[in-house]
Amino acid sequence: MAEQEVTLMKGNEAIAHAAIRCGADGYFGYPITPQSEVLETLAEQKPWETTGMMVVQAESELASINMVYGGAAAGKKVFTSSSSPGISLMQEGISYIAAGELPALIVNVMRGGPGLGTIQPSQSDYFQACKGGGHGDYHLIVLAPASVQEMADFVDLGWTLAFKHKNPCMILADGVIGQMMEKVVLPPFKPRRTDEEIEAECGSWATTGRKHKHNKNNIVTTLELRSEEMEVVNQRLQAKYRMLEETEVRYEAYNCEGADYLITAFGSAARIAKKAIEVAAQEGIKVGLLRPITLWPFPTKIIHELSKNVKGILSVEFNAGQMVEDVRMAAAPGVPVEHFGRLGGIIPSPDEVIEALKKKIIK
Amino acid sequence: MTREEIIQPENLVYKKPTLLNDEPMHYCPGCSHGVVHKLVAEVIEEMGMEEKTIGVSPVGCAVFAYKYIDIDWQEAAHGRAPAVATALKRLMPDRLVFTYQGDGDMACIGTGETIHALNRGENIVIIFINNAIYGMTGGQMAPTTLIGQKTATCPYGRDVKLHGYPLKMTEIAATLAGTCYVTRQTVYSVGAINKAKKAIKKAFQLSMEGKGSSLVEIVSTCNSGWKLTPEKANQWMEENMFPFYPLGDLKDNSTKE
Repeated sequence: MAEQEVTLMKGNEAIAHAAIRCGADGYFGYPITPQSEVLETLAEQKPWETTGMMVVQAESELASINMVYGGAAAGKKVFTSSSSPGISLMQEGISYIAAGELPALIVNVMRGGPGLGTIQPSQSDYFQACKGGGHGDYHLIVLAPASVQEMADFVDLGWTLAFKHKNPCMILADGVIGQMMEKVVLPPFKPRRTDEEIEAECGSWATTGRKHKHNKNNIVTTLELRSEEMEVVNQRLQAKYRMLEETEVRYEAYNCEGADYLITAFGSAARIAKKAIEVAAQEGIKVGLLRPITLWPFPTKIIHELSKNVKGILSVEFNAGQMVEDVRMAAAPGVPVEHFGRLGGIIPSPDEVIEALKKKIIK
Repeated sequence: MTREEIIQPENLVYKKPTLLNDEPMHYCPGCSHGVVHKLVAEVIEEMGMEEKTIGVSPVGCAVFAYKYIDIDWQEAAHGRAPAVATALKRLMPDRLVFTYQGDGDMACIGTGETIHALNRGENIVIIFINNAIYGMTGGQMAPTTLIGQKTATCPYGRDVKLHGYPLKMTEIAATLAGTCYVTRQTVYSVGAINKAKKAIKKAFQLSMEGKGSSLVEIVSTCNSGWKLTPEKANQWMEENMFPFYPLGDLKDNSTKE
């Protein structure tokens, strides 16, 4: 096997390179800090001259997500990226994509809100990503990368899950992961699927304008005026979400064996938590980390199991306390669960995490 | 001659396009939508594009356009059809991609997507039904509602001091460098229907030749929204709509290289 080529790049750049290598058909996006490198890298790489991938700078995030809706409906591998305010603008379209059960990839490189907020990193879109965001009862599959390597890896994983379950998938990264440079091994090149391959895979539903095997035209619509029928649609979606909760949960458990305390954290907060756990170990405090990789479906069961063996849980997040609600729901009765976070784009230090652990949990 | 002897292929002078199915249309009697649907179906058939076409339906009266013409369809969110069509055409350049939008969808909530898709010169066609009112939601004021025209949300007539002026999106489209063919038609008479069909066909063909965006406005009636009989609606359209929205080609770059 050829030696893997290690390169140094930003998380945002890794997303762009990985997408081209994964056989992406199209990217539609609009500039916003701190994720503009995704579109910039794609424009610089000119994949339309090599793989045939289309890259379009849209007039707004509203247009980009609806372009993604169009491309996804045709069975194409399409994606968009943005940051918090831009993702808010996309929510209507995301709801349509979820309702249409279409396989799309959406990247959110989070910055601090609310409002125009700050361009500094944050994790304050957890609720929006995991609890709906747009209108109606739906869920995205939400992946939370904690390294530039995972930024690259989750592009292919995201599309795999999206196509497997006909469900939009979001890579929920924070500004740290998007902007920091790290070593990364990019995924191997995969050719774009041919029209025939797309028809074979998605011909039962995709609006490719071709003659379909089932000999009927395909229609992608999310409208159903009859309530009885609309309830059936919703029940089908809910059954899929329950199945995803059973089959697609991903997490990383670190140092959990014999730990007296547990930290839950995702994305770059988990990186800081790991450092804090190392420092705490030197003081003789045994702390484990449970890092959800899928924020939805949430790793409820493992947190429940781990909680039985610890004296308390601290949820470390760059927000005012969002994931902590799911951790509380997961934890065994009587186990204290507290939140520690910094706001406004401030990244806490490992020392602050240990201090919070001592103050809020160890006491 | 018996009836059976008369019904022979060589005697056929007119038929319903095959793409137009037998689903009963939800449009009001007298509405222009049904005629335009038929023209679109006829043109797709004449071009032999039955299995190479994707339509993008709007939010508005034509939201169910996908029920009546048997091609692949995607229903867009309100106003976003040109963005959806942009992706479909960019990703599948050999397909015929068109949007079918009303005045509220295309000229109000979707102005951004409309202008930018047209200005990028996307090789798509926008069929724009302008009946100067929101039909589906019950006859509210549209961006194209005429000055003085009464609707549910301007019951005393459109007053420019309160509501601003009617918007001529087709005129705006004609100024955009990305558009190739921009025309305004109607379907209230046999002659007009024939002209409108030619315009739709020309626009569809130009999009397949990669000449840029085309916009075909159809000045239409909404007799239910206007609260007129179908006949009176046609008369009202002729007297009030045509002077403000004059018929004919606004831009034709079809012969330019």
